[in-house]
Amino acid sequence: MKPSFRNLARPVATAALLIVGVAGAAVLPDDRADIFYSDYKGGGMDIKGESVLVRKKFSEQFAVEANYFIDKVSGASVDVLSQASVIKDERKQKSISVDYIHNKTQYNLSYTNSTERDYISNTTHFSLSQDMFGDLTTVSLGFTDSRNKVGENNGTAFTPKIEWLGSSYSRSFTAGVSQVVTKNLISGVTLEVITDQGLLSNPYRSIRFVAPGDPLGYGLGSQIYPKTHTSTAVEGRVKYYLPYRAAVSGSYRYFDDTWGVRAHTAELGYTQPIANLWILEGRLRYYTQNHATFYSDLFPFAGSQNFEARDQNLASSTNYTIGLKATYAFLPDGWRIFKRGTVTGDVSRIHFKYNDFRDIRDYGIANGYSPGTEPLYKFDATIYQIYLSMFF
Amino acid sequence: MGKLLRVVVMGLGMLQGACSIQPWVKPYERDRLADPIMSWDRDAISGAYLDHIYDSREGSRGATGTAGGGCGCN
Amino acid sequence: MQDSTPRFLKQTAMALVLLAGTAFAADAGGPAPSFTLAALTGQQAALSQYKGQVVMVNFWATWCGPCQQEMPLLDQMYKKYKPAGFTLIGVNVDKEAPAVRELMARKPVSFPVLLDPANQVSKAYHVDEMPSSVLIDRKGEIRYIHRGYRPGDENEYQDRIRQLIRE
Repeated sequence: MKPSFRNLARPVATAALLIVGVAGAAVLPDDRADIFYSDYKGGGMDIKGESVLVRKKFSEQFAVEANYFIDKVSGASVDVLSQASVIKDERKQKSISVDYIHNKTQYNLSYTNSTERDYISNTTHFSLSQDMFGDLTTVSLGFTDSRNKVGENNGTAFTPKIEWLGSSYSRSFTAGVSQVVTKNLISGVTLEVITDQGLLSNPYRSIRFVAPGDPLGYGLGSQIYPKTHTSTAVEGRVKYYLPYRAAVSGSYRYFDDTWGVRAHTAELGYTQPIANLWILEGRLRYYTQNHATFYSDLFPFAGSQNFEARDQNLASSTNYTIGLKATYAFLPDGWRIFKRGTVTGDVSRIHFKYNDFRDIRDYGIANGYSPGTEPLYKFDATIYQIYLSMFF
Repeated sequence: MGKLLRVVVMGLGMLQGACSIQPWVKPYERDRLADPIMSWDRDAISGAYLDHIYDSREGSRGATGTAGGGCGCN
Repeated sequence: MQDSTPRFLKQTAMALVLLAGTAFAADAGGPAPSFTLAALTGQQAALSQYKGQVVMVNFWATWCGPCQQEMPLLDQMYKKYKPAGFTLIGVNVDKEAPAVRELMARKPVSFPVLLDPANQVSKAYHVDEMPSSVLIDRKGEIRYIHRGYRPGDENEYQDRIRQLIRE
């Protein structure tokens, strides 16, 4: 089996849209240019990210934003089931987004293309948001369409041999309401329903089943996923302004889908500005999910179920994150055409632990672990981000 | 779907016209809400990047964007 | 004089009622609520001292983007029509003066800027949008209220001002 990296890249098309798809209220944000670097280290992987973003208004009603993002992956992830080989791969993502305001309505249209050797995704997004009731309420509606081509690299990282296996597409509908509650408190609720169809599994991951005749004690097989998937997520959030000039925020999201996964996400954030120069932020995140109905770490025999998966994303797991961020305005009052310039450093630490996904890399029958008794997998990841933002 | 969207938007528009709920937070009281520390997501690249990290390692997705708040000018 | 006392009482009562904003709503067609506010310099200024002129009262804040956008255009308008009997009064609604001082030092305007940190005048004028511009005729009646600002609105302001000046 080839080492997997795609699972890290595939949902990015949806995630990336957040850069471009969120409509604001009444006034377009300032023009800006950002240069961004990130480094994710964890679970045997090292992923470096680089990005550039430029946003410009062409009138008080019309703005365009363009973003380029590149991910470079190296490492060996936990689901390399044969001898570990170095993964080296690259994902390039380009997106363009247009905002238009007319009276109290803001429209957004965006297009994103994400390309890597074995996966291509094209996503279009449209949303509108409307200010109502004295601009205290903002109602938003959004629609996203994503078409993906799924392939598998049957060669090596350095001499690839791509086989295109199929395609998938995804549609999502979002509805949200944001409400100013008092002069110190804002709140929001968002509902998103996503439907996918087509080839939805990661070809680099395999299931395993008990096979007493095999030297490992288990055999490997292909994952078989349902051809459709529908999910619903609801998130509520609040943000409160503290009298000494700081902000505290909280959010909770409930997720449910047709594959039997139910998840809860809770976040807490605190923002502390210092004069006009610094903004310090801390955040905590707690996540927990149960496993998909067709997931198992070890199936009793080959073909025991119609649908079978051993993808760690569908396992029962919990993760905890702590993050710290500091923004320094090195140009607090601007310089020439720039209104403001800031530099930001951000460090996050995530602890992942799985309740029914086992680490089978170094633990096998040879060192006394019969299949299904290997230690449960857990790992830590550290994420560094540094970026420069110029506002003009 | 397009028709449904149009109906919903029209409905919301009519609702806004018909209901005259007086804003209880006056526009001249919105200075704190216009403060950048009160925005939902100040740094778009970073926000999207972290969402992407979670989306690609977790079995859930969606509902993480927000619009609204701010000074409400215009 | 025996006359002045009852008149003085009547005027005070009227002013109190206007400021209370009850029956006399600050809408187009009604009398403009009178007010006295301090300027950045500390000097007091009253709306009544401009009676006989066409007055535009512009409500703005340092944290309001569109307000900043229209300031230079308002300044131009003020300089142009002042000789014809027009005056523009900026009423700033920020809760604290330092930000206003700093902004006015960086981007000064020639028209008077008064401070309304307690928001009493904003309430009396039923300001429901930022920015808001209220046009008052020579007789002290509110003739027009413009809410918000979009590029091009200054043309509308000028048309209305010219119309009121000609009266």
